[in-house]
Amino acid sequence: MTKPIASFENLRVEFETKTGTVVGVEDVSFKIKAKETVCVVGESGSGKSVSSLSMLRLVEFGGGKLTGGTLKFTRKSGETLDITKADQSLMRTIRGNEIGMIFQEPMTALNPLFTVAQQLTEGLRTHKTLGKEAAAKRALELLYQVRIPEPERRLNQYPHELSGGMRQRVVIAMALACEPRLLIADEPTTALDVTIQAEILALIDRLKQETGTAVMFITHDMSVVAQMADRVVVMHRGKKVEEGTVEQIFENPKHDYTKSLLAAVPKLGEMKGKLLPEPMRLMGNENTKFKPLSGSDEPLLIVKNLTTRFAVKGGFLRRTLANVHAVEDVSFTLMKGKTLSLVGESGCGKSTVGRSLLRLVEPLSGQVSIDGQNIVTMSPPELRKARLNMQMVFQDPFASLNPQMLLKDQVADPMRNYNTHSGEALDKRVEMLFDRVKLPHSFLRRYPHELSGGQRQRVAIARALALNPKLIIADEAVSALDVSVQAQVLNLMLELQSELGLSFLFISHDMAVVERVSHDVGVMYLGRIVEFGPRSKIFENPQHAYTKALLKAVPIADPRQRRSENDLNFKPLASPIHSLHYEAVPSAYETISEGHFILTTDSGY
Amino acid sequence: MKVIENFLIRVAYAVILLTAVLILNFSMMHLAPGDVADTISQSMGGADKEILDQIRADYGLDRPFLIQLGSYIGNVLTFDLGYSFFYNTPVTELILQRLPATLLLVFTAQVLALIIGVMLGVISARRPNGLTSHFVTLLALFGYSAPVFWTGILLLIGFSLNVHWFPVAGMRDVTISGGFWVHFVDVARHLVLPVITLGSIFLALYSRLCRATMLEVLGSDYIRTAKAKGLHDRDVIYKHALKNSLSPVITLAGLQFSAVISGAVLVEAVFSWPGLGTLAFQSIIARDTPTILGILFFSALVVIVGNLLTDLVLRLIDPRIGTK
Repeated sequence: MTKPIASFENLRVEFETKTGTVVGVEDVSFKIKAKETVCVVGESGSGKSVSSLSMLRLVEFGGGKLTGGTLKFTRKSGETLDITKADQSLMRTIRGNEIGMIFQEPMTALNPLFTVAQQLTEGLRTHKTLGKEAAAKRALELLYQVRIPEPERRLNQYPHELSGGMRQRVVIAMALACEPRLLIADEPTTALDVTIQAEILALIDRLKQETGTAVMFITHDMSVVAQMADRVVVMHRGKKVEEGTVEQIFENPKHDYTKSLLAAVPKLGEMKGKLLPEPMRLMGNENTKFKPLSGSDEPLLIVKNLTTRFAVKGGFLRRTLANVHAVEDVSFTLMKGKTLSLVGESGCGKSTVGRSLLRLVEPLSGQVSIDGQNIVTMSPPELRKARLNMQMVFQDPFASLNPQMLLKDQVADPMRNYNTHSGEALDKRVEMLFDRVKLPHSFLRRYPHELSGGQRQRVAIARALALNPKLIIADEAVSALDVSVQAQVLNLMLELQSELGLSFLFISHDMAVVERVSHDVGVMYLGRIVEFGPRSKIFENPQHAYTKALLKAVPIADPRQRRSENDLNFKPLASPIHSLHYEAVPSAYETISEGHFILTTDSGY
Repeated sequence: MKVIENFLIRVAYAVILLTAVLILNFSMMHLAPGDVADTISQSMGGADKEILDQIRADYGLDRPFLIQLGSYIGNVLTFDLGYSFFYNTPVTELILQRLPATLLLVFTAQVLALIIGVMLGVISARRPNGLTSHFVTLLALFGYSAPVFWTGILLLIGFSLNVHWFPVAGMRDVTISGGFWVHFVDVARHLVLPVITLGSIFLALYSRLCRATMLEVLGSDYIRTAKAKGLHDRDVIYKHALKNSLSPVITLAGLQFSAVISGAVLVEAVFSWPGLGTLAFQSIIARDTPTILGILFFSALVVIVGNLLTDLVLRLIDPRIGTK
């Protein structure tokens, strides 16, 4: 039997904090063999990243301490080394050389002040003692291997000149530079768009086949696990709760935590044939049944020809040099009591639509009517009044709550601003809102930092509900949350909708979530809606080429439905920046069936 | 090239700014009560209105404001900053005489403070709870709070009067003779205490700022990437981290160019350093308008050129600046 490349044996990692010792990883053991992808999956705080950083002994730079167990690593020479006992100078010969690492955030993982070539060759010159030219040659080879477009040109570019997907390819090329025996990928696609994620996953998989390296893949996303893993290690609160082949884990999970994790993941395509949105499955509270609302056919929000552009300024006296066509001739109607989702990749303009509706950014032209009043032409006092009916929930609950303010004051704030309630009535209503979003009253007098991400998002929802709005715009409201928490918050939103008759404009990049919660869906690309229709039509009978490509890129949480690299055929995103002379063509649509339209004019795709 | 084009735009802004400074300076001086005629008549022991008018006519002070301003700007463009009646010398000549002394003092103080400040900052950022780190904090506190004249006088008492290591005042000893190196050593000896006095303010700023940005940079993702590549600590710190933490320090250093006048006046006064600061001080007392205007113009020029240089250096370090 061949020796495993890496084995974790009873690993224990502790962190010294002001309040005492915190155990980050406790008694974790598993092995990784050559040519094998082991996915370590778990929610935030499960210790999955800490385990991977321990293997490189980088955990010590973050204040962690390896206090127990061994980490065995088989070196190129065949000798087995205990990583926990290696000193930092020995570790330097292993890091980047025999173990390569890919990090989560390609936007920050590269040094902004050095060119791609400089960052790629650095490791080669340190470990392989290559000369300048030999290293440059190898760097180019690597860029070809990771299939970055125009590799020669990339060498002398700086990270800010590359897109997120290209940067992640550079990071992967860097990790692979010295042909490592073990590749550790820590959430390598979490920050990327779904089509780019699909490409990067396929790339890592192909490189594993070609080079025979072992891959330790860390992720929170069960769909990604299903696409990538040979074996899976499930972690929860610093402990390993289950280990098995990918089929075992998905088809016959043993541990309750694994089961609940799997249950909370929406699977694209599982809503086939269903008319209405459905609550997410959650372990342990199957009984809390509420009927999702079918909604009415009475329009609440009518958006016509909405266009929002941003000026690109520069040059002498900061003239306008060009325009970013963020939203271009977008029209849709949201019915009372329904959820309309806008989906698309980053930069497609979906968030700008949401902000333009509230005039948090000023639209250039178009009409936005809520209850028959046009918001775009309103004077500031009228607009202030109109905003009573429209509230927003933002993506990052860590940033959208004021850290210095009591939670009850944050929820009471809109009511104080609009003077809708005061005194005891105000306190009563805040308590009622806390009940609504299922937060205990003891949280009233707490500050945001004392809460978890999911709890904070509940506070944000309570704040949005405070004024009894008709419309809530949820801009990526669940994207930053762990799956089980995401499921809880989504269910809360559906429940509030069915009880209060709310309409939601749900802005998201997550196709599987959108499929679960929407009545109607608009797919956006380069500022335009390329396809619009009832949820079932969009997901079961997509007509626009972009919608099809987008759906194909979504990983499915089922190891028997893997995407192959051949399925993928993506073009790089075109730029929404146009010169001042550019005249945008109006959007024209073809009706496929009742309420289902596709864009017939050029979408740029 | 985009970089050069952007830089030329900055230069155009600088020219506009400098013209604005000229107009503003001239107007303010014009609005202030009293002029050269008053000064001259005072030195003559008083004069009647006729003579005053005569003096004004001789010097063109009776012409309308705009014409005076126009001819002033025209003269400045030909590097003619006017004539100092107090010193009986053209202002340009006067300034150029004093400029080298000030530049020597300020640049030496700046460069030394930058180098030492960045070094201290880096060392203390690597061990935020170490001895150097506490020392830097203390030094910064001292540098900020101690007034320049106090530090200067204290140094004078300690190292010139008590132990005679360094000369008390001036820039050179007129009594010595010898070759270049003899004079070099002489000036250097005179330079030590003023440089320490002036540099201590800069040092406090730079070391503290460098420590803070370095700490921030060391916690960033690309530093972790660099470590994961297996680079030596030396490369991680001095290549990856330092280059990233230099920008704020250089920006601040650029702003300190204004110290050519503001900081140097006090230091030059304490050490009788024959520089622009001393000249500015004397001409304000003497109400020597052309000289004051000349010095104001010159300091504006130094600040603007300093900022342009800073901008250029920042562009060279950081490719992201000016590309968006």
